[in-house]
Amino acid sequence: MAECVRLDSSTSSHTMDKSITLPPDEIFRNLENAKRFAIDIGGSLTKLAYYSTVQHKVAKVRSFDHATKVNRELRLYEISVQEEVTARLHFIKFENAYIETCLDFIKDHLVNTDTKVIKATGGGAHKFKELIERKLGLKVDKEDEMTCLIKGCNFVLRNIPHEAFVYAKHADSEFRFQTTQPDIFPYLLVNIGSGVSIVKVESEDKFERIGGSSIGGGTFWGLGALLTKTKRFDELLQLASKGQHTSVDMLVKDIYGGSYGSLGLTGDLIASSFGKSATADKEFSKEDMAKSLLHMISNDIGQLACLYAKLHNLSRVYFGGFFIRGHPVTMHTITYSINFFTKGEVQALFLRHEGYLGAIGAFLKGAEEDNPNQYSWGENYAGSSGLMSVSPDMNPMQRARSGTFDMLEMDRLERQLVNLPLLQDPSSYIPDTMDLTEDALAREYWLYCFEEALDGVVKRAVASQPDMPEAAQRAEKFRQKYRHKLQTLRQQPFAYGSLTVRSLLDTREHCLNEFNFPDPYSKIKQKENDMALKYYQKAVKSLEELSWEQRQFALVRVELMAFISCEHPERPWLVDSYDQWFERLKGPPHKCALFFVDNSGVDIILGVMPFVRELLSRGTEVVLASNSGPALNDVTNGELQILTERIAAMDPVIQAGLREDRLMLVQSGSSSPCLDLSRLDKVLAMVVRERQTDLVIIEGMGRAIHTNYYAMLSCESLKMAVIKNSWLADRLGGKLFSVVFKYEVPAGKPSQHSAALSPL
Amino acid sequence: ISVRCSAFPWFGMDIGGTLVKLVYFEPKDITAEEEQEEVENLKSIRRYLTSNTAYGKTGIRDVHLELQDLTLCGRTGNLHFIRFPTHDLPAFLQMGRNKHFSSLHTTLCATGGGAYKFESDFRTMADLQLHKLDELDCLIRGVLYIDSVVSGGPSECYYFENPTDPDRCIQKPYTLENPYPLLLVNIGSGVSILAVYSESNYKRVTGTSLGGGTFLGLCCLLTGCSTFEEALEMASQGESTRVDKLVRDIYGGDYERFGLPGWAVASSFGNMMSKEKRESVSKEDLARATLVTITNNIGSITRMCALNENIERVVFVGNFLRVNTLSMKLLAYAMDYWSKGQLKALFLQHEGYFGAVGALLELLHPS
Repeated sequence: MAECVRLDSSTSSHTMDKSITLPPDEIFRNLENAKRFAIDIGGSLTKLAYYSTVQHKVAKVRSFDHATKVNRELRLYEISVQEEVTARLHFIKFENAYIETCLDFIKDHLVNTDTKVIKATGGGAHKFKELIERKLGLKVDKEDEMTCLIKGCNFVLRNIPHEAFVYAKHADSEFRFQTTQPDIFPYLLVNIGSGVSIVKVESEDKFERIGGSSIGGGTFWGLGALLTKTKRFDELLQLASKGQHTSVDMLVKDIYGGSYGSLGLTGDLIASSFGKSATADKEFSKEDMAKSLLHMISNDIGQLACLYAKLHNLSRVYFGGFFIRGHPVTMHTITYSINFFTKGEVQALFLRHEGYLGAIGAFLKGAEEDNPNQYSWGENYAGSSGLMSVSPDMNPMQRARSGTFDMLEMDRLERQLVNLPLLQDPSSYIPDTMDLTEDALAREYWLYCFEEALDGVVKRAVASQPDMPEAAQRAEKFRQKYRHKLQTLRQQPFAYGSLTVRSLLDTREHCLNEFNFPDPYSKIKQKENDMALKYYQKAVKSLEELSWEQRQFALVRVELMAFISCEHPERPWLVDSYDQWFERLKGPPHKCALFFVDNSGVDIILGVMPFVRELLSRGTEVVLASNSGPALNDVTNGELQILTERIAAMDPVIQAGLREDRLMLVQSGSSSPCLDLSRLDKVLAMVVRERQTDLVIIEGMGRAIHTNYYAMLSCESLKMAVIKNSWLADRLGGKLFSVVFKYEVPAGKPSQHSAALSPL
Repeated sequence: ISVRCSAFPWFGMDIGGTLVKLVYFEPKDITAEEEQEEVENLKSIRRYLTSNTAYGKTGIRDVHLELQDLTLCGRTGNLHFIRFPTHDLPAFLQMGRNKHFSSLHTTLCATGGGAYKFESDFRTMADLQLHKLDELDCLIRGVLYIDSVVSGGPSECYYFENPTDPDRCIQKPYTLENPYPLLLVNIGSGVSILAVYSESNYKRVTGTSLGGGTFLGLCCLLTGCSTFEEALEMASQGESTRVDKLVRDIYGGDYERFGLPGWAVASSFGNMMSKEKRESVSKEDLARATLVTITNNIGSITRMCALNENIERVVFVGNFLRVNTLSMKLLAYAMDYWSKGQLKALFLQHEGYFGAVGALLELLHPS
């Protein structure tokens, strides 16, 4: 991975872009290819869903016919930019007031569709049925609300990492995102609309409404309106956030004078909601009554949710519905209640895309013949607005945001993604080393870095398409979009789940793709690959001349050297378990090594390949995993296929490996400079299992430092990288170009040389 | 046993968030000798309590609950049940001071939160030392005692037959033999739910702050009423379906997919989200909706606790149920309907006085 970080730069822009109301053509994107509409009309918000096919450019590599001698000396492969069609799901959320305008817009832009029906759900669906049918000429087909909700919930839990979060009002970061669970079932969904429904979900198709309560959002709204003469739900919440419930509620201390010690009930606990208004003959403020009401309802729902969770032995409880929908006040009171009633045994979980569940579900119902659930989907950071807080207390910019349009886009991934079977504990695996949502200093630094690096990325993007005159214009649009994303993240680090270096990099890739820069590094990679290939044989030969001991060290050195041009740091390195690795190599060969590769050029050809060669010679099978799509200068699977063939032609060891199927190239399923071991190509997982892989090698900053530095595997692992960023080096207690060589053996699975292994 | 008994007067007191409950044992077997020895103060207290049914502006003796010819600690007499609002406790203490209660050198057994909160007031204002007792211990002791001694007259424990059929729903006596395990739901200002396995083995399962205090508090704010009786009277004349949003208001009928009947409340006060409907409801409707909301909520929490604790019998007590047949029938209905007949709701005549009775028993038979 090439980090483009300049440390010596002068100014950076901290100004906010306030132009947040988007023109409709940027909201209803790809309408011309749209098909399969679904709509979820709630009490105040409408959510529209549709499916489109997106045509975008992809960089493909193709091997030259090596019989044609002319090309052979010049280029190993050619790069062509091709059009590829992928599937995308669009979800747009807007206030009901816009519904007619939106329907008109859709009607005008819907060119080519054979769609006849629109799936509809939500309480308002019948109210707008006639309008929709008239405007769009589509037949409205109603779907059960709860079924849609559950379907949508399953979909986001399965496909969006960091979908669920715990809310902690007073923590450094209010939102603590949960890692994706390998199995999302069973769970409890507590949907707080005007009433409350409590649904137990056991599998994709099996769910049951196990209970509910009539005391819900409608009670807060209705009773609140009566008590305070305040009409709007939002205003009631705002009143509540300013009130003191203790002047209205009878607390334990109002009865006991203090706590009720023998039962462990503290004095501040509410003994009787509104108890004081029954005895005290005085006026109560609107704020205080609203607050008391909010507590009463939240506590009651929390208590019932806990009772149901206990009865059905469920520990994952998600809360949704308009009462919750992004309101920090209600998330806080519900969280408080759950913590109180379960003493921390159950956590209240909320969902980033909670507002979209119904629309997603309705859409999926209508798209069953396309089998959307057999694919994996990924959130497109470029096209999605992210989580916006609508807290009345938050800054006005966010208030304005909630009043406009919100979008979610999901791309259908070509490959189905699953966990790496070698993760020690998939449910606790966190790919990212640093959570920038929680670490404010680190966040500042990395946001600054990415902003500083933006000029360079734009230049490279333009340079990658020299024969396209409008590239500069597109690159400028990319710059604006990505800069806007960075500014949003500065304000709301939690917008797309946990903010990490990986998410910043991925967002950049998504934005580049958005403006048709599928592979800005393609030309550079091509040049570097051609160059490095010329030295392959020489490099292998000089390694062959070394003694076995010397060679083992040289291989590691060369592998690490490939990353830097300066002098190699002396041992001991920053993290240095080379001696343990070396001892291990004296033992029996590994059965099969899974090698996650990184950069093109010198790294893959002169660093990785000799290492692979040595492993093959030892009798270890090797699975080389490379990116499915381009990201920075990382070698892609397509490129690696050609490179390996070429090397095989020069090197009998590699050739034999390929021929005997002891060397295998697979794609990772990823297009990121980082690595999420919980979202890998299903084929890769299958190969890993079949070959009884007992060694995982991860190299490079993106995959071994920014991610997976702390990943625990159930087999031996080797993480290698040079830290090319002085801030990060400093964080890890070293200096620029420090070396990390981390060899780990899982506890309980000692190798033959376990005595020599000490934990890092 | 009588040797160990405390000297007269015998009181038990339960000082709750809203009401003070007082039980007083009036000995009827006083010998001439005793009569002579009885100090004037004691006589005057006895006379004052037994010859009146109302005390001051707010104190009331529930004559219909009086237990006559009761034998306690070898003595025979009548047990009186008296209540007054907790905010009138200072007046009560003043009276105690005026009547020189402290000169009797009696121990005053008291339970409820107020025993702790007002302990120093008892000492400074009336020169009285409180013997403080845990309210749940007292409650259980009181329930078991009263149930065991009441015979003749209306049965202490009763239930509603045919709770789901308003026309055939009638109150029936119930014999609480083999009472364990038992879910005891005490609805005062707030609610406590106890699982009782024996007189000494019980646990507080949970509680809710939505109780009698919430009903009255919300009614006061919504209707301008000021007493529990007023609030109940209004509720009896109102219609909650104008205030609440029912399942049929949303789905046009039953929500069959989930087995929800059309008449079930989908959202309490849900209709009040609309301005027009807010303007069309009466105070009586609001009082009724408040009563139904609070009662049903207690019902559903209770039902969940019964399931979690695997207990089929539920006894509801507490002053929220006083003269509140509406709530009792609602609870009986809710328990029966949602459990498909599995759960039985039971009620006790002396609904709010068990804590005070338990405190009195502690005076006579210290545990």
